[in-house]
This record gives sequence, C-alpha cells and structure tokens, in this order.
Amino acid sequence: MAPKLEKIVVMRSQLGRVRGTGAAHSGAHHWKAERVTAIALVPLTVWFVIAVLSHLGAEQPAIAAWAGRPWNAALLLALIAMTFHHMQLGLQVVWEDYIHGSMRRDAAILATKGACLLLGLTAAVAVLKLATVAQ
Amino acid sequence: MPSTEAARECPTPMNDIRDALLVARDSQHGLIRRPVSPHIGIYRWPITMVASILNRATGIALSAGSLLLVWWLVAAASGPQEFATVQAFIASPIGLLMLLGWTASLFYHLFSGIRHLLWDAGTGFAKPSLNPVSWLVLALTFVATVLVWFAGYMALGV
Repeated sequence: MAPKLEKIVVMRSQLGRVRGTGAAHSGAHHWKAERVTAIALVPLTVWFVIAVLSHLGAEQPAIAAWAGRPWNAALLLALIAMTFHHMQLGLQVVWEDYIHGSMRRDAAILATKGACLLLGLTAAVAVLKLATVAQ
Repeated sequence: MPSTEAARECPTPMNDIRDALLVARDSQHGLIRRPVSPHIGIYRWPITMVASILNRATGIALSAGSLLLVWWLVAAASGPQEFATVQAFIASPIGLLMLLGWTASLFYHLFSGIRHLLWDAGTGFAKPSLNPVSWLVLALTFVATVLVWFAGYMALGV
C-alpha cells in the first residue's frame, strides 16, 4: 500500500507569504543593499586606487584641485556614500553574529550607523568644499 | 586488578572534576568518554574557512581604515599644513604599515567580494573549484598589493 501523502501545513498567513519577510520581519532589503553597494564599489574602488597612485607625492594644492573637479568630486561622493553604507551594513551583520542580548546588540548597531553617517557626511562636506570653494 | 568498579569501567582515569561532564555510558552501559566536537584550535583550517574569515576580517580592517580616508579628505579641504600632517603620518613607519594593511585588505575584500557576488548569481559552488578559487583570491591580493606598492615605489623614486 502506497504511503498516504501528508498535507503540508504552512503556519504562516497569506499576507506573510506574499510579503516574504519570514521570521526576521525585515525581508531581503539588507541583503540586497549590501550587494548593490558592493557592485558599485568594485569600479569606484579601482578608480580611486588608480587616482591615488597617479597623485603620489602630490602636495595639497594638486590634490585639492583634482578632488574639486566636478567628475572627480561626483565619483568621490559616490565612493563615500557607497563605502559608508556598505560598511554600516557589513558591521551590522558582525554585531548580530557576535553580540548577544538585544539591548547591547541594538545599541552597537545604532552607534555604528551613527558613526558611519557622521564619517560619511564629514568626508562628503570636505569634498563639497573642495568642489565649490575656489582653491 | 583495579580496586574500584569505576576505575575498572572507565577507559581513562578521571584526574579533573570537569572530566565528569565528558563521561557517558555506551549501549553496553559501560563508562565511556563522550566524543567532543573539535574546536577551531584543533582543526587544520581548510582554505575555504580561511577565505571566509579573511573576508570578514578585512571588512572590519577597512572599516577602521576608513578613518584614514576621512582624515585625508578633511585635511585636503583644510589646507596645506593640515594635509602635510596627514602625509607625514602616512609616510611614518606606523603609517606605512597601516597603509600596507589597508591596501592588502582592500584588494582581498575586493576580490573576495567579487567571488561572493558570483556566488549570489548562482555560480562557483562546484566542490572542485572551492579550494583553487580560495587560493586564487589570495594570490590576486598578493599580486595586486605588490604591484601597487611597486608602482608607488617607482613613482616616488625613494
């Protein structure tokens, strides 16, 4: 006699299945954002390394003039935004893995997000100053 | 002939009270030492494990290194004196060591990150490729780091 097929009971609401968020309640946004920023950082990083290499030993006026050019400033701003967003997302996963206790974990994640935001804004303001104030 | 029943049954003598936690009975009701899962101190690290740990470690190192990037940009926007201070720090032994670590971390995280993106696209999971690609990422990191530092050495002519 063939075994009777059991009906699979899905213990989730239809709305929950549609949203696809699962037990974490947050869906794939974090995962996707980490990948998208990573893809952006591949060309931006290569550009930045080449740019730094071609300015080795340069004094401040040359660096300021280079960073102030619109294209370079735009790429620097993109690099800053992608770097600190990616950094914040990555460090969040590290804290989630190693810090136990939701209070301490959430405090570390919030502190990381705040620090990344401030560091990124500071770097961006520096680039904007170079791009707008005559050197 | 052992004097007590426990000594007769236990395969190895218990010298430490903590050994009591590692003793169990087998299906014949004899005392045995429970097998203990080896921890990372015991493993011969597979290269895939090294590759995975390094990806996270370099990510954390780059996070710390981002402070240097912010300082550099802020100094460039502040003036020649501030910029000279940063340049002097980078040219110091500790600065050069940090920059070397930052370069290697950047290239490792870059190449390993590309590998992760390929995994996310559904390729690169074949068992025979896992070890060689882990070594390839390490080799590319080494080559790129050496090339960049050689280019810097040549450009500065020091």
